[in-house]
Amino acid sequence: MIFTKKLSHDYLKKDDEGNVIGKVRALDDVNVHVKPGEFVAILGHNGSGKSTFAKHINALLYPTEGTVTVDGMDTTNDNDLWKIRQEAGMIFQNPDNQIIGQVVEEDVGFGPENLGVPTKEIWERVEESLRAVGMYEYRKKSPNHLSGGQKQRVSIAGVIAMHPKCIIMDEPTAMLDPGGRREVIEAAHGLNQVEGITILLITHYMEEAIGADRVIVMDQGKVAMEGTPREVFSHVEELRSLKLDVPEATMLAYKLQKAGLPLPDGILTKEELADALAKTGLFPEMTADKTPAGTADPSADKTSAGTADKSEDQM
Amino acid sequence: MFKSITLGQYYPSDSILHKLDPRVKVIATFGYIISLFLINNFTGYIIAGAFLAVCVGLSKVPLRFILNGMKGILFLLLITVIFNLFLTPGTPVFRFWKLQITMEGIVFASKMAIRLIFLIICSTLMTLTTTPNQLTDALESIGRPLTVLHVPVHEVAMMMSIALRFIPILAEETDKIEKAQMARGADFESGGLIQKIKAMVPLLVPLFISAFRRANDLAMAMEARCYRGGDGRTKMKPLVYEKRDAAAYTIFLAFLAVIIVLRFVPAGRMI
Repeated sequence: MIFTKKLSHDYLKKDDEGNVIGKVRALDDVNVHVKPGEFVAILGHNGSGKSTFAKHINALLYPTEGTVTVDGMDTTNDNDLWKIRQEAGMIFQNPDNQIIGQVVEEDVGFGPENLGVPTKEIWERVEESLRAVGMYEYRKKSPNHLSGGQKQRVSIAGVIAMHPKCIIMDEPTAMLDPGGRREVIEAAHGLNQVEGITILLITHYMEEAIGADRVIVMDQGKVAMEGTPREVFSHVEELRSLKLDVPEATMLAYKLQKAGLPLPDGILTKEELADALAKTGLFPEMTADKTPAGTADPSADKTSAGTADKSEDQM
Repeated sequence: MFKSITLGQYYPSDSILHKLDPRVKVIATFGYIISLFLINNFTGYIIAGAFLAVCVGLSKVPLRFILNGMKGILFLLLITVIFNLFLTPGTPVFRFWKLQITMEGIVFASKMAIRLIFLIICSTLMTLTTTPNQLTDALESIGRPLTVLHVPVHEVAMMMSIALRFIPILAEETDKIEKAQMARGADFESGGLIQKIKAMVPLLVPLFISAFRRANDLAMAMEARCYRGGDGRTKMKPLVYEKRDAAAYTIFLAFLAVIIVLRFVPAGRMI
């Protein structure tokens, strides 16, 4: 689906008169291959080049060196530009700055309008995309009256209405509260599983990468690590040296492991940690009745879901 | 401070006036305003007033919303009337000290007042029954012939609708910046006019910077969604004339014909 070969990109530093006084290498020899239908998370701290990478796929930036191909089309070929932008949709960080319409349904219709889709089909596409992200009831609302998570779901619907093969999400959750973050990530997984759309999720929240098929860690414009979430997150020390965290459960498991508990590498969720702890046999009350750890989590989830609902009601 | 801004004072209802094609309303409003300046006798004003009253009645908009629109021009109205009343030469009816009111002054001032009032009522009625969105669509559609003269009609309409979308966002942002600056001791209240204007600088500079950043982001988001100007674009909600629009045009043309006849064929008593 997406191939990058020896992709490098330089940002030019210019003085007040526009003379080039230096350059910053934002991407350096990036070779990435994303297969159709895959869910790939790209992690990296600020300035690691992950957003620059994302903008290359949508032909918003062009490579200084190397090539980027999307579905077999080279992004530097101007003839394919609009086809690439239709096939590889993009979601940005700030939901307010990417919604054009004054009514939800009009915003979703903006992409198909640009593609020259006939009026009747636009309405069909708008309905199906709003349903896919669970925002159909809000179609007549003004985007200004929605919560951050809902706005971001509208943006996603706006991209789906263009029938893309792949969606690149550039830190879609960075400006959202925890409830909104979960809404957006769930919507992304839904699209990936139900519609088979390839998702490239760029984020700095480790928890969001757990559900991905593959994780790519970027640092200083290079791919630093690559693998399944379990493989990547088992390298706790290495991630920390890249100024990245690991999911909370992984961190706790890592510390317990260091303290001498016999736990396996690559624990990702609270449930896995609880199971692994029970299996150590050190906590007989846990093995006798696994519920303490089991119930603790769903109830925690429930309370956070409750607050998310409340915040929606307030809007 | 900026919370009170409401643009497009649209009053939702399902009246026949609301359902009319926005192009009909824009063109009729424009035509009506021209007709107000064609009229030169009171019979004409009575007909124009009756026509307007029927439209207001059909719109199902409460009268106070329409009269609200008058508040803004009350001052202008007063000045116009007073100046015309006292400064028109002619046969004096009433005088004290150096001022005099003439017969011609009374006639002229009342004509001006009626004109202004009708003008405001009809344009208020249009904005009350048409959403800002429909209005931009209508202007784009009406202005389309101008593209031949290289007037960027689609682009202007797009800018207008983006501006409308961002007004509440920027108003909210202004509010935030204002509070942030007040928390750091900025004073927006005291001092004379000059000082108050100077106090706006720490408010406006961050607002402008943020507006430019937003514009940049939005442009990128629009490009990412394949926006490339008006060519080859289809419409989700195209404007289509229906029977009632044709009927509205006919009625309005009939009204216009009556006004023109009254203007150029003197009938009855002329004042």
